[in-house]
Amino acid sequence: MTAVRAGRSGRRAARDRTDGSYALFLLPGVLLVVAVIAVPLVMNIATSFTEWPGVGQPVWVGFGNYRTLFTDGGFWALFGHNAVLVVAMSLVPTVLGMVLAFALFDFIGRRFGPRSASVLRACIYLPQVLPAAVAGIVWSWILTPGNGALNQFLADIGLGGLAHDWLGDPDTALYAVAGVLVWIQIGYPVIIFMAGMQRVDPGLYEAAEIDGASWPRRLWHVTIPQLRPEIFVVLATTTIASLKTFDKIYVLTRGGPGDATNVPSYASWQNFFEKSQVGYGSAIATVLTILVLALSIGFLRAQRRAEDA
Amino acid sequence: MTTLTRSAPATTPGKTVTPRRRDPGRWVVLAVLIVFAAAMLVPFVIIALNAVKSPDQYSSDGPLSVPHELYTRGVADFWNRVDFGRKLLNSLVISGSVAVLAVVLSVLNAYAIGIGRIRGRTWVLVAFLLANMLPQEGLVYPLFYLTNLVHLYDTQLAVIIIFTVIQGAFGTYLLSSVLSTFPRELIEAARIDGAGKLRILLRVVVPIVRPTLTVLFVFFFIWTWNEFFLPMVLLISNDTQTVPVALGVLQGQRMMDATTTSASALLGILPAAAFFLIFQRTLSRGITAGAVK
Repeated sequence: MTAVRAGRSGRRAARDRTDGSYALFLLPGVLLVVAVIAVPLVMNIATSFTEWPGVGQPVWVGFGNYRTLFTDGGFWALFGHNAVLVVAMSLVPTVLGMVLAFALFDFIGRRFGPRSASVLRACIYLPQVLPAAVAGIVWSWILTPGNGALNQFLADIGLGGLAHDWLGDPDTALYAVAGVLVWIQIGYPVIIFMAGMQRVDPGLYEAAEIDGASWPRRLWHVTIPQLRPEIFVVLATTTIASLKTFDKIYVLTRGGPGDATNVPSYASWQNFFEKSQVGYGSAIATVLTILVLALSIGFLRAQRRAEDA
Repeated sequence: MTTLTRSAPATTPGKTVTPRRRDPGRWVVLAVLIVFAAAMLVPFVIIALNAVKSPDQYSSDGPLSVPHELYTRGVADFWNRVDFGRKLLNSLVISGSVAVLAVVLSVLNAYAIGIGRIRGRTWVLVAFLLANMLPQEGLVYPLFYLTNLVHLYDTQLAVIIIFTVIQGAFGTYLLSSVLSTFPRELIEAARIDGAGKLRILLRVVVPIVRPTLTVLFVFFFIWTWNEFFLPMVLLISNDTQTVPVALGVLQGQRMMDATTTSASALLGILPAAAFFLIFQRTLSRGITAGAVK
């Protein structure tokens, strides 16, 4: 091997001599990834073609689970709910976060000093540092039916008629969960966008300001085009994250009432550990994995292309 | 941090040019933002208020009343009931071990990929990154099954190994790109001095990238602390559970009254808030780098 390539150039040959022992450093990492990630991944795909309660012999059913999945309307409902979560975790925080970051950076930072801006930013970011399960406890307490904090607040300001079992009513549960997710997520884009705004050439703003551009115009014509990489990163990562929303659903609603807030992530766990339908759960998890992988690969390729350009 | 100091002088002249029209308007914007920031904090405040409110006052005055006295029994009772000290220790052990081991694993991998430039490194790198991004839902049942098989089910060791790999996969990705720009003269010089690869890694590479390793350590620690899904499935007994798992499972059972729930939420918030304050500078340095996650 070394001899064949030594013909190309002396420098390469020198590196190739040492190639083998550098690879040794990779050995523990590769072995661990195979044992902890690759093998389970393949096993999960394999069990998705079987009917298996978790004990005894799995029974091969081919694409049976997938057929049920795609013909059974329930599955599409799961993804429909997840689409609402994409809006709550990705779209709304990106739009709102952009306006907030711009106001903090361009306005507060410049007229009241960066210190005021960073204090306000820290307040907005705080929910992001909580374990999601704990954030879920906080909100399921606030949204308690009857005399929960939100209902009590509504009553105190004379809107008692709006009091509601927010998480318990199938008509409002998904939107209540979505609202909680916005509260949790909003700090992330604010931080990323504010960091990105520091990268933007201040000359662009000055030019825009001298031209008399109002702030919405500066935001639209200067900031947003300049922050395209950050916007892309935020949209992509939060969309992928929304497909993995288990903890908040578990703590807030357990997928209920009925299946009103159930999502693929939670449904796979239910099938694994509550309904003992491991094959069906694996099929849901496999579809979820394929979707996340496709999004991740698309994201990485687009990012690579942007870097090369 | 560096970008901040660099851009600051550049904006100052712009500031003096800025015409101060509509001056009262700026206070309106400030007020709106303060109200928004305060609204974000309201949930924390009412949780804290109700955690130190007596159940009697809660049932008579409701959740929005200010406590008459500092009632600490609720928090203390909850602490004892769930053996919260133990949960804190479990979380510390798991998150601390994962953070250390995942940094070590990232360094080893990134050394081979970023400095060793082994063949096929792009694909190895993509494989690591995808290993980090995969939904844990697609791994959970086999991991549950396999940990049972090797008698690691319901042990902290299993969770430590699994998250070392998941976090280390991300660290590998980040650190490889940092090390690919590492000055090669330094490595050549050390090699001419007769240093072996391991020695070069420990004596030359690690000291220079230490700031990046600190950022990785902090993020791995906090990410692992906040994990819920896999730890909930794999840790079922009181002696092994982490803080979020213990609190989340209790909440899921819907067995707690209102003041106990707020006490439990407060105990979940406090460590996270403490980390936020302790690690604030490292966090703000690293969040943009971690944006890929």
